[in-house]
Parts: sequence; structure tokens; C-alpha cells
Amino acid sequence: MFRKHLTALTVSAAALGAVTVPAIAQEFEGVTVNILTRPGYVIAGPLAERGVDFEALTGAKIVVTEVPFAEIFPKIQNDWATGTNSIDVGVFAAGWGVELDAAGLLEDLDPYVAADDKIQLDDIAPYFREFGQKVGGKTKLLMVDGDFQMVYYRTDVLSAAGLEPPKTWEDYLDVASKIHGTDMNGDGEADYGSCIFKKRNAQSYFAIQTFAAPIVQTQGTAQGFHFDNATMKPIVNNAGWKKAFELYKATGEFGPPEELNMDIGDTRALFKAGRCGLLVEWGDPGTLQLDDDASAVKGKIFAIAGVGSREVLDRETGELVPVSAESAPYAVDGINYSPFAAFGGWAGAINAKADQKTKDAAYAFLSYMNQPAQSGIDVTIGATGYNPYRISQLSSTEPWVKAGMPAELAENYLGAINSALANPNMSSDMKIPGAQQYTAVVLDTELARYLAGEISVEEALENIEEGWEEITEDFGRDEQIAAQALALGE
Amino acid sequence: MAAYDNMRQPGLVPAGVTRRERLAEWVDRHSGTFFIAPAVTLILIFAIFPTIYSLFFAVSRVRFTGDGLRFRYVGFRNFEKQFFGSSEVHFLGRTDPVSIFGYAVFAALVVAVLFWLWRSRKITTWVGMIGRTISAAMAIFLGWILCASFLSGNSIGTLYTTLFYVIIGCALQFVIGTGLAFLCSQPISGKNFFRVIFFIPLMITPLGVGYAMRMVADVTKGPFEPFLNFVGLSDWVWSADAWSARFMMMVSDSWQWIPFIFICMLAALENIPRDHVEAAQVDGASSFQIFREITWPQVLPVAVTVLLIRMIEAFKIVDLPNIMTGGGPGSATESMTLHSMYIWRANDLGSSAAIAYLLLILTVVVCASFFNYVVLGQIRKARA
Repeated sequence: MFRKHLTALTVSAAALGAVTVPAIAQEFEGVTVNILTRPGYVIAGPLAERGVDFEALTGAKIVVTEVPFAEIFPKIQNDWATGTNSIDVGVFAAGWGVELDAAGLLEDLDPYVAADDKIQLDDIAPYFREFGQKVGGKTKLLMVDGDFQMVYYRTDVLSAAGLEPPKTWEDYLDVASKIHGTDMNGDGEADYGSCIFKKRNAQSYFAIQTFAAPIVQTQGTAQGFHFDNATMKPIVNNAGWKKAFELYKATGEFGPPEELNMDIGDTRALFKAGRCGLLVEWGDPGTLQLDDDASAVKGKIFAIAGVGSREVLDRETGELVPVSAESAPYAVDGINYSPFAAFGGWAGAINAKADQKTKDAAYAFLSYMNQPAQSGIDVTIGATGYNPYRISQLSSTEPWVKAGMPAELAENYLGAINSALANPNMSSDMKIPGAQQYTAVVLDTELARYLAGEISVEEALENIEEGWEEITEDFGRDEQIAAQALALGE
Repeated sequence: MAAYDNMRQPGLVPAGVTRRERLAEWVDRHSGTFFIAPAVTLILIFAIFPTIYSLFFAVSRVRFTGDGLRFRYVGFRNFEKQFFGSSEVHFLGRTDPVSIFGYAVFAALVVAVLFWLWRSRKITTWVGMIGRTISAAMAIFLGWILCASFLSGNSIGTLYTTLFYVIIGCALQFVIGTGLAFLCSQPISGKNFFRVIFFIPLMITPLGVGYAMRMVADVTKGPFEPFLNFVGLSDWVWSADAWSARFMMMVSDSWQWIPFIFICMLAALENIPRDHVEAAQVDGASSFQIFREITWPQVLPVAVTVLLIRMIEAFKIVDLPNIMTGGGPGSATESMTLHSMYIWRANDLGSSAAIAYLLLILTVVVCASFFNYVVLGQIRKARA
């Protein structure tokens, strides 16, 4: 009898053990996944922290290597194309994946996704699921972040000045000029009307596209605002982009004196210290204002999904025309909006040449990061740099309020992102081979030289047009036309 | 046996000599080659081969594929782009419109260079004439770019930004470094302490210098902020203006490299025989006369050689502008090396290699000209 009881007890204990220990426990014992991404805690930090949890669950060791922003893409491309293969996973802009995929360097994740019952793919917002994660119709990346550039304003500063949030870029300049020089944080010092990161070789080239998109793109997302999609001739040397460049430069009059040498970290430090009335940013300020070092602005920085334009580009003539039902069918109250999905969000891709066990572990980790249980928490923490990209994260303010966000701010923040995602004229970031060269090199360099007064706006736009044409020729015009059609979902 | 040894001649092996002795003889005759072979092999592998290999990059468009790098020959297009294409203004600066002053200076320069070349035919060989013609062509080209850009009120490109760091920066470093060395060679108390202090910056990594200088030069939080406020320059931002940014870069570079000039010149000054100086003092020569007539001629060969080495190094400046300004504002502080690096970082390996070759040509011609017409001249003068 006793033996029977003992046997039953042993079997029960074993069964209980099998239930309580996760099925995948130590599945990847001895496997190391090397990840390369940007420097600092933002983006990289949560990968490393979640990596520790993931190692405890599966045995796979997650090693995160950080390199300067401008070196992420070339380092990954170099490593994978030359067969060095020291990197298993790259976490970079969703739009950059297409060039790596064209060279056959990305692992097709569709089979992994099909066998994954935890990823809840349908919960990912359609734009990020179809544009961010897929290349040529196949899932090649998994998002860890969703990105839009938006305009933020200080509610207290604007209401004290009796001003409304800007609706157009002209309004933006007007508001910035009226609040510039006022003390916005009570320290007795004059603060800034506008803060935009304008340093070269950083992220300034995204902000200029945020300015240009509502002036140049009018006929819906598929139209794009960089090229004539039929010929891949740049549509940059025209009155639309010229106006965007001039408006962008004009914001500098109401910005910090060192703005030309400021990257995103510098402007974030400024707005957290309560020194900026308006700013152009990704989704981060929504949550960053909840940090302990941002007590001066907590609950005071509200978002606007898009700032638009009352004039738009007529592509036939290259000149600006007033917004009308024909020139801008998606315009609202005479203003054309085109929220820019700058960068597209940080996403992870797996090296196709990594060994199978490593690829399995790499996918399992990216899926772990992407799953609602983890990502739903990460996006509510400002320091992670992760912005919402799942429907469950965008549909309810509850988790945000639970994370410390005032209810009114949560409504505004999620409302702005949802409104941008729902806009049929939302503009996409470049997603063709050479996207990095087109924007991060040619556009960024010429923009920086124009801002510094080295060249005129006409020269800058001519140089960009010529530089983009050279890149298109190098990659092959027909190939680029096909890639552009695929990217914009034509 | 000794007599037999003395009869041996290189290349001739007498009958009856064993195979082993013949091998030993052969090895003996080629020992020089064997001794230098490892060094030559290393140089070939690590210096010559990459230089030649990068030439393939410079004349190609390079694409990354799943099977590695794919080269497509494009001739001199990568070079042409720097002079006539989309990168022209970036590399050369803006050369239009050219002012009257610019034309006048250029005309004077051309006349001077051609006159120098014409005079050279009497004092040099035909090989020397080829060298001088190359130097003259480079001088005319650089002169034209200077007259059409800077002297005509236009912005300069990465070519002249580099030359600014080299010519103005090295001159400043040489004057200050030599001055400090001269002071420390005098019998003053605490000179050993100053020698160590002056030498320290040279031992710091350039990246460290870049970050340190960026903090020191910060106008809102740096140590000079109270001073700038006091003199009414609280709104002045050095990083937003092209020339103040270049100047700050030069100051930072000088802070690091003055010690190099200092230590070399100090060694040269301390090697001057004391009896020469004492004899001049006995003859009643003033300190300035002693410096001009005795000290300076004796340190001149070292001085110009140190300057040459420093110039070669200065052509490669990259860390400071990369750290302090990212090449900005615009491309104002971007040296040719940084220009090449940024393009390389975008995986445009062909254009990057082309700029690297242009820098190599510039460095070789400028430094070889300086060596032939200045260094050698001064050394000959000193010997005479």
C-alpha cells in the first residue's frame, strides 16, 4: 500500500514538475544570439534586460552589441554579406530590411510565425504588420517598436499665452515665435519656442521629411513623396520641398543656439527640463515625460498627429497650389495632412546564414520581445524607446494610466497615434534598396549644409536630385521602380 | 684550407664541393635577401596589397550581395564625381562666382609658379623637372580652388578644410611648441615639472581629447560659460559658425600635438653644444643674436623634419571633427579623411576609396614638395 502511495506521489510530482517548468525550458542551452543595435539604454537596454529573462527561460544567451546609429546598417550589411557572420540578429529601421533582403541576407520568418502560437500577429496594427514586418509579401522582420513623427506642445505654455496648438507649419512658426524667450520651467531663464534635433549624421533627415510630406504627398500613402513612382525620378527639386526646407530652417530662429549640433538625446534633455514649447519627435515624449527627471513637464506635453499645409505641390508644374478637392482629396478643413511614419519602427531581422539552432533561438527571442505580455509593458516605459504598435496597446488607455500616465494625456497620446495610423494619406518612409544612402547620406548632408548656410536651398535640392539619381542608376532604375511599387503597395 | 677559402669566388663553386656546401654557399650569397624578406613580406601584405586592392574599389561600384562583394567597373566616375558631379561643392567648395580679387591673385600665382618652374630648368635634372612640374601643377590647382572659393567669398570644401588644419594648424603648433621648448631649455627652476605637464596631452587618445574638448568648449555648461556671459557672448555658439568651428577644431588638435613639436624641439635644443653659445656670450652677443645665429641654424634640420612628420599626420585628422561636431555645421569641419569615412559608412566603398586616393595624392605631392624644396634646402644650408 505504502509502495503504491509512494509511486503515485512520485508520478504526481514528476507530472507537476513537467507542468510548472515551461515546455521550452533550456531548449536553447548553449546557444548564443548576438544582436547588434543602437547605443545607449534606448532600444538596446530592454533587449539586454529581457535577454536575461529569456536566458532563464530557454537557456539561450543574448548578447547585445551597440554601435553608433550611423554605423548600424553598414556594419550589419558588411558582416552578413562578407560571410563574417558575427551578428545573428540586427535590430534596425524596418525600412532598411529591403536592401538586405534583396541580397538574400534575411531569414524568411513566415515558417517560424506559422508555428508560433504566442505572437498574436493579428494584434499588430496593419501598417506595422504589412509594411514594417514584411518584405515582398513575406515576414522578414519582427517589430519591437512602432514609429511616427509627431509635433508636441506644452499645454501650460500655450494656454498661458492664449494660443491654440498649430495646425500648419506656418502656425508652428507663429506659435514658436510667440512663446520663444518666455520662462517655461520657472528657473528664471528664457526658454525655446521650438526644439528639433538638427545635428548632421544623426536623425535630422527624418524631421525634414515630416515637414515635406504634407506639402508633397496628397493622393494617399501609395503616392509617396520622394519619387515619381513610374520613373523613379526624384520629386525633390521643386517648390514643395523648397518650402519644407525653408520652414525647417526658420524653426531654428526659435530654437536653442546650439541646435545645429544637437542630436535627439540633447533635445530630449531640453524638453524634459521644461525648456521647449514645441518639438518634433517620435512617440517617446508621451512616456518620457513620466520619468523622474521630467517632473517639470509631467502631463503637460501633448501630441498632434500631424501638422499640415494649406498649399500643396502640383507635380505637373513643380509649383505650389492651394489645397482643393482635386489637389488634395484627403484634406480636412482646407489643410492637407500626411503624418510621416519616420523610420518605420525598430525591428529585428535574422541573419539567413546563421546556423539553424541560433536562428531558432533568435526567432524565439524576437517573438518574446514582440509578444503582448512583454511589449505591452515595454511601450509604456519612456526609457525603452519603444512606442506602441499593437492594437491592444493602442485601443485602451488603461495600461498607460496604470503606468502613471494621466488619463487626459493617455487619451491625447493614443488618439494622436491612432489618428496618424488611420490617415489614408499617411506617408511611408523609404523602403527601397539604397534607402540609407538616399536619406542618411545625400539628404542629410545637403540639408545640414543648407542649415549651416554653406549652400542655398536651390543648390541643396539640385544636389539631392543629382545624388538620388546617381544612387538610382547604381541600383538599377527598373529594379528600383519595382521595389518602390512593392514598398508603397501599389 | 685557409688558402682554399680565400680562393673562393661568389657564384663559382670549385669541383669536388659537396651539395651541402653549395647550398650553404648559395644561402650565404643571398643572406641579404633572406634577412629583409620577412619585413618586405609584411609590408607587401599590410601596406602595398591593401593600397592596390583599394584601387579596384576606387574604379568600381561595389554592391553587397549574399555571395559577398560584387564589383562593377565604372572607370574614373568615382573621381569625376568629386570634381564635376554631385559631390563637387562638398569636396572642392563653391567655386562660383569668382571675384576680381580671386582672379587677380590667381593670375599672380600662376606667373610666380611658372617663373619658378622656368628658373628650375637651369638648376635641376630632367627627373627633377618632372617633379617640379607636378608640384607646380598641384600649386596651380590648389591656388585656383583657393581663389575661386575662399578668396571669392565662397564656402570651402573638405579639400581646403583639410589644408586649413594642415597649414594653419601645423604652423601654430610649430610656433608654440618651439617656443615652449626654448623656454624649457633655459636654466629655469621647475622646468622638469613643465616638461611633464606639456607632454601629457600627447599621451591621451584622440577620442578622449575630442570628448574632453567638447565638454570644455560647451558654451552653456562648460567652464568658460561664466566668462562668455561676462563678455556678453552668452548667445555665441562656436559650433553653429563654420569658421569658429574649424578654429575650435584646430585649437583642440593643437592642444594634443603641440607636445610632439615641443619634445622633439627640446631634444634638438638641448643637443646644441654649450661652448658655441658660451663663446657667443663671451663675444657680447645678445640673446636674440645667439638664437638667430647659433641656435636656430643648428636646430633647423630637426625643425623642418618635425614639421614634415606633423604635416603628414595632420592630413589624416578625423577623430576630433567626428566627435566634436560630426563634421558640422554642414560640412564645415569635415576633413577629407572624415569625408571618406562617412561615405564608407554608407557602404559607398568606391567613392570612399576615390577620396582616400585623392588624399594620398595630395599628401604625397605636398609633403614631397615640402621635403625637396624646404627640408633639403635647409639641411644643405645648415651643412654649408
